[in-house]
Amino acid sequence: MKKIRESRQLTGWINVPLALALLLASGLTAVPAYAAGSELLNVSYDPTRELYVEYNAAFAKYWKEKTGQDVTIEQSHGGAGKQARAVIDGLEADVVTLALAYDITAIAEKARLFPVDWQGRLPNNSCPYTSTIVFLVRKGNPKGIKDWDDLVKPGIEVITPNPKTSGGARWNYLAAWAYSLKKDLGDLKKVNEPQFAADVAKANDNAKNFVAALLKNVPVLDSGARGSTTTFVQRGIGDVLLAWENEAFLAINELGPDSVEVVVPSLSILAEPAVTLVDKNAKKHGTTEVAQAYLEYLYSPEGQRIVAKHFYRPSKPESANPADLARFPKVELVTIDAVFGGWKKAQETHFNDGGVFDAIYQPSR
Amino acid sequence: MASLDTIYPAVPIKVKAATNQEPLWVRVILISISLTFIGLFLFLPLAAIMTEALRKGIGAYLESFQDEDALAAIKLTLIAAAISVPANLVFGAAAAWALAKFDFRGRNVLVTLIDLPFAVSPVIAGLVFVLLFGLQGWLGPWLSEHDIKIIFAVPGIVLCTIFVTFPFVARELIPLMQEQGNEEEMAALVLGASGWKTFWRVTVPNVKWALLYGVILCNARAMGEFGAVSVVSGHIRGKTNTMPLHVEVLYNEYNFVAAFAVASLLAMLALVTLALKSLVEWRMNRTDVETIPPGKE
Repeated sequence: MKKIRESRQLTGWINVPLALALLLASGLTAVPAYAAGSELLNVSYDPTRELYVEYNAAFAKYWKEKTGQDVTIEQSHGGAGKQARAVIDGLEADVVTLALAYDITAIAEKARLFPVDWQGRLPNNSCPYTSTIVFLVRKGNPKGIKDWDDLVKPGIEVITPNPKTSGGARWNYLAAWAYSLKKDLGDLKKVNEPQFAADVAKANDNAKNFVAALLKNVPVLDSGARGSTTTFVQRGIGDVLLAWENEAFLAINELGPDSVEVVVPSLSILAEPAVTLVDKNAKKHGTTEVAQAYLEYLYSPEGQRIVAKHFYRPSKPESANPADLARFPKVELVTIDAVFGGWKKAQETHFNDGGVFDAIYQPSR
Repeated sequence: MASLDTIYPAVPIKVKAATNQEPLWVRVILISISLTFIGLFLFLPLAAIMTEALRKGIGAYLESFQDEDALAAIKLTLIAAAISVPANLVFGAAAAWALAKFDFRGRNVLVTLIDLPFAVSPVIAGLVFVLLFGLQGWLGPWLSEHDIKIIFAVPGIVLCTIFVTFPFVARELIPLMQEQGNEEEMAALVLGASGWKTFWRVTVPNVKWALLYGVILCNARAMGEFGAVSVVSGHIRGKTNTMPLHVEVLYNEYNFVAAFAVASLLAMLALVTLALKSLVEWRMNRTDVETIPPGKE
């Protein structure tokens, strides 16, 4: 008797899946329902989280005042290479704001979502803000780290993300390379002058050894810049973090100046994060106009002010708050175009499969 | 030693103690090892989560759940579990039934395939879906043309969750069903019951506790899955972040109180799962004793 009663109860209970299957069906149909023009997806790199929280609110307010329309901006963050990969695989970004131009070009080449000459579409090579690479060390700088040379010393643990997935890591790598070149050549202009070809080849060999020695001191490669920052600051691993300038300042701001401090090397690289409209996705979502305005507003006085506030170097410094500008340390900056012949060449030589990075990096121990 | 004492108890009171006749120091060491282990690997992390979550007081803790993105993450996790658990319940029961009650060609292959999600790294599972449904994948271009989103949207997250939780229900049911054989079903059929009726009245009541056990484990995994879901999520805040992914996002944004607050919810889920699991285990043992006829042990 008891058994039969129980089985009846159970039949009722097991019918629940049928109800849920209906829910599944309704869930599937509900998902693609995009309200046209009211939502933007900005796929960005790791350290811009805080910047775009403030910028998105400012733009939504501006857009509402200008057109009377509401706009919600959704954010996705991660290592720039990884994020580009996701857009290539179908993450439907209306705009991408990534750590370096090459990752954006990769989207254009592999997924054909916008023209490959995208970089001429917005002022300043589509870079509304720039940054550079600095060192973050423990308070009081116990290991006495002052310049790139100190990073290759035995026993120094260096934290940097993986250049395969992170844009910041590629800037770190190239900055170290440029430093070594400059040390050998004295003047980086020689890189592009044919009469110094032999010297440059030798300097490049030295730079390769220099960066290899640096990578030997790296105990762990996180996939994005923010992961590396938390590894260094939260988990207390490593003696020095190679970080975006904005990321280093933010870490000090968020976590208190009594745990870490910034060290500015003698030479660094001008890091140029770039932005673009993803034409095909925006067209599909009917968001072309608002997405374009979203990017252009980055160059407006208000956009530039917010950018500088979040420790990015504004492309139009005259719009920014002078107090914000005063925080940026003076440092000699080299550009990727002048020293490495542009991103395409740098990416192919150093970071693609079978490139220099693969040859010199062995996961340690 | 022990058996001698049991057979010829010197003093009747000693009979009860006879089961643990190990020297005192052995018992002390064994017990302290297990307590230390439990303390280090269970209670310490749990305590750490709770202290971090409550670092800025109960107000800040509760505020973490007012956040729209956190609510969206909780909702998405519940949706993913609400779809994948019943789906796996149906698939799992069907698969276990077919495997345990029938003998057919390819049966062993099917048994192996059911275990596949356990053997494959969740990240690979996620990548498989990217290969299938990604824009550069097999079905991607077609899906994009018809404006159907699978990966980087809710369906992809649900699919991944179903995939990684697939073995739980089937794995619980197969051994039990095999052990029970199909004599009772045969008897029911001989007595004139239909196949459907036999299934509901004979098969299901026999395995219901194992079924429930599988469902509970399946649910815990569905809500806690990180790797596979991370690959197909696209990490759109407030839209495609499940609770575990949202914890990572918050942590990366230096928002430690909120990160640990959401983590504490997941920890509580684990505790509830544990409690339910013990309850079901206890019921399972009891019904076993009740239903097994004398002599069939």
